[in-house]
Amino acid sequence: MAGSGYGLDRLMISSPETNVEGLDFSDSPINQSLSDAEKIELYRTMMRIRRFETISLKFYNAGKMGGFLHLYTGQESIATSCASLMGDHDHMITAYRCHGHSLAVGMGMNECMAELYGKATGCSQGKGGSMHFFAPDKNYWGGHGIVGGQIPLGIGLAYGVKYNGNQGCSLSFMGDGAVNQGSVHESMNIAALFELPAVIIIENNGYSMGTSQKRSSAYRDCLAQRAEAYDMAWDIINGEDIYELRAKLHIAMERARKESLPTVLEIQTYRWYGHSVADANAKKYRTPEEIQKYKDEHDPLILWEKKLIAEGILTAEEAKVIGKEAMAEASAAAEFAESSPPPSIEDISKHVYWETDNDTEASKVGRHFFND
Amino acid sequence: MREIEYRDALNEAFDEELERDSSVVLMGEEVAQYNGAYKVTKGLWEKWGDKRVVDTPISEAGFIGMGIGASMLGVRPVMELMFWSFHSVAFDQLVNNAACVRYMSGGLINCPIVMRGPANGGTNVGATHSHCPEGLFAAFPGLKVVVPATPADAKGLMKSAIRDNDPVYVMENTLLYGNKGPVPEPSEGDFTIPLGKADIKREGSDISLIAHGRSVLHALEAAETLQKEHNISAEVLDLRSIRPLDQEAIIQTVQKTNRAVLVDESKPFNGVSSQIATLIQEHAFDYLDAPIKRVCTIDAPAIYSPHIEDEQLPNPRRVVEKVLEIV
Repeated sequence: MAGSGYGLDRLMISSPETNVEGLDFSDSPINQSLSDAEKIELYRTMMRIRRFETISLKFYNAGKMGGFLHLYTGQESIATSCASLMGDHDHMITAYRCHGHSLAVGMGMNECMAELYGKATGCSQGKGGSMHFFAPDKNYWGGHGIVGGQIPLGIGLAYGVKYNGNQGCSLSFMGDGAVNQGSVHESMNIAALFELPAVIIIENNGYSMGTSQKRSSAYRDCLAQRAEAYDMAWDIINGEDIYELRAKLHIAMERARKESLPTVLEIQTYRWYGHSVADANAKKYRTPEEIQKYKDEHDPLILWEKKLIAEGILTAEEAKVIGKEAMAEASAAAEFAESSPPPSIEDISKHVYWETDNDTEASKVGRHFFND
Repeated sequence: MREIEYRDALNEAFDEELERDSSVVLMGEEVAQYNGAYKVTKGLWEKWGDKRVVDTPISEAGFIGMGIGASMLGVRPVMELMFWSFHSVAFDQLVNNAACVRYMSGGLINCPIVMRGPANGGTNVGATHSHCPEGLFAAFPGLKVVVPATPADAKGLMKSAIRDNDPVYVMENTLLYGNKGPVPEPSEGDFTIPLGKADIKREGSDISLIAHGRSVLHALEAAETLQKEHNISAEVLDLRSIRPLDQEAIIQTVQKTNRAVLVDESKPFNGVSSQIATLIQEHAFDYLDAPIKRVCTIDAPAIYSPHIEDEQLPNPRRVVEKVLEIV
């Protein structure tokens, strides 16, 4: 089992289901079926997330955005792999570090960047902000701000899939800090008890804000092991390996779709920046050396690039072009956001009630708003 | 017209809506095999089976949130809180996820869900089980709150709540479940009452008693006493719906009687009656011949003692005394 120190050794944790070390997940059927073009698309998606966050940070620091900014940089492989496996009846929901998931499911950079800018052209028309991106047309349900509060909703999405008789699953993401919330445990119990097609995913980046996993959670081997208390399958995934991610996510998603059984997955990852950009202590609760080591040796984007180059699918020059294109797209999104209009004062009162938005008979009875 | 109990009127509403719409699901602690802690859902599991009537573990945050998530996918869950007092352990789900998801998504998501259960004092169960959170939840834009006082209102409002496309929180009352009242036969047609429409339960000319929930019954009893013993004609307006709120009916009755006593089982600070008083002073100030008075629950956590709890709550005697202060 992992040693007492914090840092790279936690990537060597192995689970009872799969011995991580020494396995090459490129052989798994779900990866064998990947075309070269699809592999490059995975790279492109990760790169687009990386550059989107680069530009977000730049203009956040320039004062263009309000509130918080929780960057996904370093964790791109997870949302990207997950979204690449989603079918028509699979649904995704996540917490506030949601930019990567949003882009991975197919949301546009313009609508996402404009939301950060608080503009009317934003995906939530400037009403949600960084933590609240949604795209139900892409089976993507946010984007939620309260730690662990989205997991009951994710279980509900699984309930809805099953109730409607569809063969699909819900993918509910949270961070390692959320695993100690009561709502998460209530949800795990219900998911197992009701045999819901739910995949509950812990993106373990090691720190719940400034508190390391060891200082926040009582556990024996790992966080996902808590699933055993609910008689649920679980696994640990090395989040820097796209092949491993896809292979193990696929197993859990198929268990949900075909057997209607839930799984807890813990994905080891690392965030390069602070909890949010406002996290002044991002380099105090962890050493600069630790951060640098992850950037140098465990960057999922670079590791995938190297793999594709080694496989002869991608050249270094082509990779550079993809990077440049992503940067240009993100920069254009910032220009789009900058030039977009803000919401109006009238917009404040829209989207409160479905009935009043749709001007139904019901909305005409009684007073709904109490401004004067 | 036939007379049935409040609980049976609710039961009939559920049965009819389960029949009408296959996406309606009843869910909560003990609602299925136990037939409901108060027998409100009696027989429905037997009739509709496991898919439509679902027992949940005691995990209010978990199952209320699950219902909200399912509603985003088109299921229409009717969630029972065994007591509305248990709202506190599901508060994040009730006020963040249900109330705000439509807004924060810029209208992309809606949440057609009903949360229901009893919300009342007067049963000697102590402070934790005696909360009346209708004013609390009505303070969250995005939510709707109704408080039926009679069997007919219970049935009609529940059916409208289930059909509404926004989250509607229905506050019932354990002390009303056994009350009987006239409710139209199902054979007479689909019986619904729109949210947002108050009801004059008794006509009068000297003072308006404005109430909701069980306080309506106290107001009616007080009105009888006022008529018989003091020759005062009191009008009783039952709000029925807190949000949306029938402001027009409130203003009309005050314009008619020029005096108002608000009877409200909430606590005085920011209770429902605080909002009603604000509306009256703003929209009917010139019609008032006396200050607006309130009869609320005495401002302390709910007392247990069976000897005294009824005196902490609004009751007919307290209403009569308050009326006599201003008439």
